[in-house]
Amino acid sequence: MASHAHSSHDHGHGHAHGEAHPLVGHLVPYSTLFATGAALLVLTVITVAARYVDLGEANIYLAIGIAVVKATLVSLFFMHLRWDRPFNLMVLVGSMLFVVLMMVFCMMDVGQYMDTENKGNPKAVQNYLDANAPFAPVTSKK
Amino acid sequence: MSHSASHADSHGHGSHGHGDHAKYPFLAHHFDTPNQQFESGKLGMWVFLATEVLFFGALFVMYAILRFKDPQVFSYAANYLDTILGGINTCVLILSSLTMAIGVRAAQTNKKGLLSLCLALTLAGAIGFLVIKYFEYTHKFHLNLKWGQAFYQPVTEADAAAAKVEAKPVENPVLAISSPNPSAGASTVSLASPPPADKTAIAAPKMGPDGVATTEMVEAVDKPVHAAHPEGPHLLDPDMPANTHRFFAIYYIMTGLHGIHVVIGVGVIGWLLVGSLRGRYSSDYYTPVDLVGLYWHVVDLVWIFLFPLFYLIH
Repeated sequence: MASHAHSSHDHGHGHAHGEAHPLVGHLVPYSTLFATGAALLVLTVITVAARYVDLGEANIYLAIGIAVVKATLVSLFFMHLRWDRPFNLMVLVGSMLFVVLMMVFCMMDVGQYMDTENKGNPKAVQNYLDANAPFAPVTSKK
Repeated sequence: MSHSASHADSHGHGSHGHGDHAKYPFLAHHFDTPNQQFESGKLGMWVFLATEVLFFGALFVMYAILRFKDPQVFSYAANYLDTILGGINTCVLILSSLTMAIGVRAAQTNKKGLLSLCLALTLAGAIGFLVIKYFEYTHKFHLNLKWGQAFYQPVTEADAAAAKVEAKPVENPVLAISSPNPSAGASTVSLASPPPADKTAIAAPKMGPDGVATTEMVEAVDKPVHAAHPEGPHLLDPDMPANTHRFFAIYYIMTGLHGIHVVIGVGVIGWLLVGSLRGRYSSDYYTPVDLVGLYWHVVDLVWIFLFPLFYLIH
C-alpha cells in the first residue's frame, strides 16, 4: 500500500495543469462527478417507469436492485470510496451486512410464527380473511 | 506525551513531524501529519455513518415485517402517496448530492467562490426537499391519512354520517340479542377501531352452497387490491384492507426520521457556507467540507431506498 502521506500526490489523474492540489484526499474529475449524477437521474427515471410494468413478485426486487446500484454509485464516486482506504469501505459494507443479517433472522422468525399467531388468534384470522378473502364467511356464519 | 513513540510506530516517516506543525496551523498537536489528521477524521465519520446505517436498518426491518404481514395494505396505501412529488424530491436530493461532491472538489482545488456557490445550491436543495415534504405531509394530515387511531377518524361530517350508517348492525339477530340496548348500536360503534368486521353488513354474499367458493369468488380473491379512489375519503372506500393505518405509521416514522436528518443537514451545510464565505477552507484544510459531504450523501442514500419502497409499490 502506498504511504498515506503521499497518496494524494501519487494519483496524477483528475486535475488539470495549474489547478491547486489538495494536501490530503483524492481529487475526483468533474467528468466522473457529472457522469455519476446523470446515471443516478437516469436510474431514477427507470425505477419510476418500472413501477408501471407488471412483473409480479419481481417488481420489488427490481426496485431494490436499482436502488442498490444507485447506492453503489453514490458511495463509490460521490463518497470517494473508490479511491479511499479500504477500511472505510469495510466499515460501510460491514454495517450493511449486519442489517441484512438482522433482516434475514427477523423475517425467518416472523415467517415461522405467522401461522400459529393466526391460528390462536381468531381476530387475526378474521383480519387475514377480510384482507385476502373478503367474502369468506367465518365469524358471522351461524 | 508519546509524540516520539507514536511517531516511531506510525509510518516511519522521519521527515514529517515537528516541521508539519509549524507549517500547518490547523494540524492538531496529537497528529503527526495533515494526512493522518484527515484520515482519522474520515474514519470517525465513517463509523458514525455505520451507526446511521444500523439506525435506519432497524426501521427497514420493521418495514419488511409489516409488509410481509400485510402485503395488500402496502399495495393499496401506496396509491395515496404522490409519485410525482416523491420523484421530484429524489431528483432534488441527487442534484444536491452532486453539488456537494463538486463543492468538495472546489475546496480541494482552492476555488473558494465555487465552493460557496456549491454549498448554497446544496442548501437550496435541502430546503427545497423539506418544502416539498411539508406539502406532502400537510395534504395527508388534511385527509386524516395518519398513523394509529387518528387514521380512522372521519374527516368531514358527511364521512362521519356515512361511517355511522355503514357500521350500523342491521338484521343481525345475534348482535341484537347480545347488545343490552339494540337501538344504541349505531352510536356505540367506535370509529376508532378498524373498519367493521361485521360480515352481515356486506350486501349479498356471493357464494355457493355452505362453505363452497364459486369460481367468481376465487377470481375476486386472487385479484390484487388497489386503491380505487385515492382522492376520496379513505374511510368510505370499501376496498380498504384492514390495518391500512400501519402503512402510514411506518411511512411517517421513516420519512420523518429522514426529514430530521435533512433538517440537521441544513444546519451543518449552512455552517459550512458561513465558514466558506469567511475563507476558512482551502486545499490544505477542507476536512469539515469532506465529512459533511459524506453525511449528506448518506442522507441521499437513505432516500434512494425509501423512494421505491414507499412511492413505487406496484
